[in-house]
Amino acid sequence: MSLRSPLAKAVGLGSAKHGFSHWWWQRVTAIALVPLSVWFVYSVLTVMGMDHQYASDWLAQPFNATVLILFVLTMLFHAQTGIQVVIEDYIHTKWLNLTLLLAVKFAAVLMAVMSVISVLKVVLGG
Amino acid sequence: MAEFSLPKNSKIKPGKHFPAPEGASNVKTFKVYRWSPDDDQNPHTDTYDIDMDDCGPMVLDALIKIKNEVDPSLTFRRSCREGICGSCAMNIDGTNTLACTKPVEECGTRDVKVYPLPHMSVIKDLVPDMTHFYAQYASVEPWLKTKTPVSQSAERLQSKEEREQLDGLYECILCACCSTSCPSYWWNSDKYLGPAILLQSYRWLADSRDEATGERLDQLEDPFKLYRCHTIMNCTNTCPKGLNPGKAISEIKKLIAERSM
Repeated sequence: MSLRSPLAKAVGLGSAKHGFSHWWWQRVTAIALVPLSVWFVYSVLTVMGMDHQYASDWLAQPFNATVLILFVLTMLFHAQTGIQVVIEDYIHTKWLNLTLLLAVKFAAVLMAVMSVISVLKVVLGG
Repeated sequence: MAEFSLPKNSKIKPGKHFPAPEGASNVKTFKVYRWSPDDDQNPHTDTYDIDMDDCGPMVLDALIKIKNEVDPSLTFRRSCREGICGSCAMNIDGTNTLACTKPVEECGTRDVKVYPLPHMSVIKDLVPDMTHFYAQYASVEPWLKTKTPVSQSAERLQSKEEREQLDGLYECILCACCSTSCPSYWWNSDKYLGPAILLQSYRWLADSRDEATGERLDQLEDPFKLYRCHTIMNCTNTCPKGLNPGKAISEIKKLIAERSM
């Protein structure tokens, strides 16, 4: 039972005084993903017919490697901000909420680093 | 977790049937949500067959007829019967609206279903508990805040153009149709202010006489209080006064963007 006033409950802990940058970057990455996704589809179609050596050479070109890294990083950042919102919306059990939020962030960083290293490996001819 | 199914004691069961009087030719059937805190019963829907030749045109007319002539135990709020007090907001035929301005004729050909506003605690029958909603309204301090002193007899002047900024905002009657149609408000109303309160808040942000814009934006910039709005737009679709809370919320987001960049 709680005898707190309705206003005290409504105010809660007050404003976090942030939220804009999350909202902003979700939109910026969405816009960036439009050209990046088009390029990604184009690159998949291009590489599809090649054998492994040609495909590696194609990817090793600085422009292609750069745009692929940009695509992966932007996509992961965007996905991570979006999934964060879904978890905040629907998961109200505190420990599960926190666990999932952290898991999503860790997974995104893991995939980001792995993707960059993989592309660099091809570029530097590992 | 968000609740996707009703708890056991909230499952709605069929209730009593009250047939129309003998010889009625223009019969409309109303299925009305009933729940009382005084017995241990689950909620149920009672069925009332109403002779529309002997009843006013609006859903509220039918509810009042039921209460007066058929079943005095039916409980609902109503006052002005002309869409300005907001008391009779409820879910009619699947949409939140005011019973007093909703013609029965517009309710489609099947039975008219009448339920309380969605996802609110029910006090009895069609009466939801508005305590938290009103407290959220109080939390945005909905009054003119100024620092510039003005003598008691003077007015705070506003140009015609500045006054026009309040059109589409001042008309809100706080009936809560929009907030209780918003899924984000359903899942997170403990923290999310919801479309009605955010529109009311923007009403003061848009007021040229107000001198607390920055502090108001400080209070709103929060992942839950403001940014739970995902522009679903149920609010704007359902508003019985034809207002656009979705636009008001995006105007607040634009103000915050403007001062952040």
